[in-house]
Amino acid sequence: MSKKKKQKEFKEKTQITPSAILMFLFFIALALIVLFPIFCITLAAFRPSKELLRYGLNIRLDFPNMSLKNFIFLFTGENNYFMWFKNSIFITFIQAALTLIVSAIVGYGFAMYDFKYKNQIFMCVILIMMIPMEIIMLPLYKQIVGMKLIDSMWGIILPFVAAPAPIFFFRQYLSGIPRELMEAGRIDGCSEYGIFGRIILPLMAPSFAAMGIFVGMNSWNGFLWPLIVLRSQEKFTLPIGLATLITPYGNNYDVLIAGSVMAILPILIVFLFFQQYFIEGMTAGGVKG
Amino acid sequence: MMNSDTNKAAGKHKGLRDFLYSPTIAPYVFISPFIIIFIVFFIYPVISIGVMSFQTVLPGKIEFIGFENYKNLLNPTFFKAIKNSVVYTILTLALLIPGPMILACLLNSKKMIGRNFFRSTLFIPALTSVVVAGTVFRLIFGELPGSLMNQLIGVFGFHPIKWLRIQETSFAALLFLACWRWTGVNILYFLSGLQNIPEEVNESASLDGATALQRFFHITMPMLKPITIYVLTISIYGGMAMFTESYIIFTNNKSPKDMGLTIIGYLYRQGWEQNNIGFGCAIGIVLLLFALILNFAQLNIFGLFKRED
Repeated sequence: MSKKKKQKEFKEKTQITPSAILMFLFFIALALIVLFPIFCITLAAFRPSKELLRYGLNIRLDFPNMSLKNFIFLFTGENNYFMWFKNSIFITFIQAALTLIVSAIVGYGFAMYDFKYKNQIFMCVILIMMIPMEIIMLPLYKQIVGMKLIDSMWGIILPFVAAPAPIFFFRQYLSGIPRELMEAGRIDGCSEYGIFGRIILPLMAPSFAAMGIFVGMNSWNGFLWPLIVLRSQEKFTLPIGLATLITPYGNNYDVLIAGSVMAILPILIVFLFFQQYFIEGMTAGGVKG
Repeated sequence: MMNSDTNKAAGKHKGLRDFLYSPTIAPYVFISPFIIIFIVFFIYPVISIGVMSFQTVLPGKIEFIGFENYKNLLNPTFFKAIKNSVVYTILTLALLIPGPMILACLLNSKKMIGRNFFRSTLFIPALTSVVVAGTVFRLIFGELPGSLMNQLIGVFGFHPIKWLRIQETSFAALLFLACWRWTGVNILYFLSGLQNIPEEVNESASLDGATALQRFFHITMPMLKPITIYVLTISIYGGMAMFTESYIIFTNNKSPKDMGLTIIGYLYRQGWEQNNIGFGCAIGIVLLLFALILNFAQLNIFGLFKRED
C-alpha cells in the first residue's frame, strides 16, 4: 500500500515540470518547421502563379490577391489534371485491393500450413525484399513490353501484386491465430479453401486496414515505375503528370502548385481519420519478426 | 458406353478436384500466385539483366559483346554518380538515425505532453509524394532573391545564392528534403522499438541513481539495436536507390555538371533516355552486387538469419 502510494506520488511529481514545458515548446517549434513547407505551398496555390515566378515562394499573406481560381482551373480548365486525378484514384484502389487479396492468400499459405520446401520458398520472399526493384527495372521493363502491358495500368500493378512486405505482415498476423480453428472447420466439413474464405479471412479484416493504407499510399505516391510504364498523357497518374509540368520556364505553375496541394489532400484526410492504421502499417515490417 | 465415358470424365474431374482440395496440395495453391510472380517478374528479369549486360540491345539487333559494357563503366560520369549516391547515403544516415532516435526518446518519456499529436504531425511530410515535396523544395531553394532560403540567409546579411547550381548547396537541398520526409517515419520506427523496453528496467535504473544520459547510453541504445539495424538497412537501400528526389529537384534528371546524378539516375539516363540497354544492365549488375554484399554483411554481422527461424 505504502509502496503504491509512493509510486503514485512519484508519478504525480513528474507530471508537469519546467523540463516538460521546455520539451513541449521544443516540439511545437519542430512541428511548425515541419508543417511550414506545406503551409507555404498551400498559400501559393491561392495566388496567381505569375507572382510566384516573380517573387518566389514566400509567406506574405496578401488577401486581396488570393482566390480559388487555380483550383477551379484544375478541374474545369484546359488541362489534363482531372484525368490524372481520376487515374490515380482508380489505380490506387485497384492496386491496394488486388495486392491485399493476393498477399493475404499467400501469407495464409505460409502461416497456416507446413509443406515441403516451405522455408526455401519463404526465403524467396525475403530475397525480393533484399533487392531494390530499381536494379532490375530494365529487364522488367522489357518483360512488360513483351507482355504488351506497356502504357497500361496492369503493367504498373501486376509485377508487385504479390508484394513481400504485405505477405510478411499477414503471415505474422496469422501466426497469432490458433491452427485448431482450421481443424474445427475441417470437422465441420469445410474444404481447405472454405476454411480460408469463411473462417480465417473474416478474422484478418482488422489487418487489412493497415496494409491497405500502406499499399495505397505507396501506389498514390509511386513515381519511377509508373514513369517507365506509362506513355500517353491521358493515362498518367498524378505524380507523373505533375512532374511533366516542372519546367525551367514555369509556364504551368498554376496547375503544378494547386495540383500538388490537391494531391496531398486526399491522403491527408485519410491520415487524419485512420492514423493508427498508418502507423501500424509503416512499422509492421521492422518491429515484428 | 457413353455413360461410362461421362462417368470417367466426371471421375477425372473429381480426381483433379480431390487433388486440388487435398490438404497437402492446398498450401501450394495458396502460395502459387507468389511463385508465378516470383518467376515471371523476378527470376526471369534477374537472369536477363545478367545476359543483357554482355550485349548491345537494339530493336531487332542483339549482339554479344563480352565485357565491353563493363569496360565502359570505367568513366568519370559513372564514378561521379557513385560518389553522389554514396555521399548522399552517408549523410542521410548521419542525419536520419541519431536525430530521430533522440526525438523518439524524448517523445517516449513520461513527462511528454501531447505525444501522439507530435508523432502524427511529424509524420505528415511522409504522406506527400516525392514529386510534390520536391516541387516545394525547388521553390524554397529557388534562385530568386525573394525565395525563402535567400530571404532567410538575407536576414544574416548574405547575398542570394543560386542554390541548385552549386554542388554543396544543391546537396543541402536534397538532404533537407530527405530529412523533412523521413524524420517522422524513423521516429515511428524508434518509438515502436522503445515500446519493447520494459518500463521497470528504466525505473529501477533511475532508482539506483542512473542519470537520464546514463540510462540512454546503457539501456536505451543497446535495446534499440535491432530496430536501429533495420532503419540502417532501409536507409542504405533508400540512399543508394535514390532517384526521384534528384529527378525533381534538378528538372528531369538534368543537373548541371551532373552534380545531382545518382546511380539509378545514370541507369535511367542510359537505359531510357539514350536507349543503351545493355550498358544500363551493367550498371544494374553493379548495384545488384552491392545489394548482395550488403545483405551478406548484414546477415553475418547481425545474425538476422537466426531471428527468422
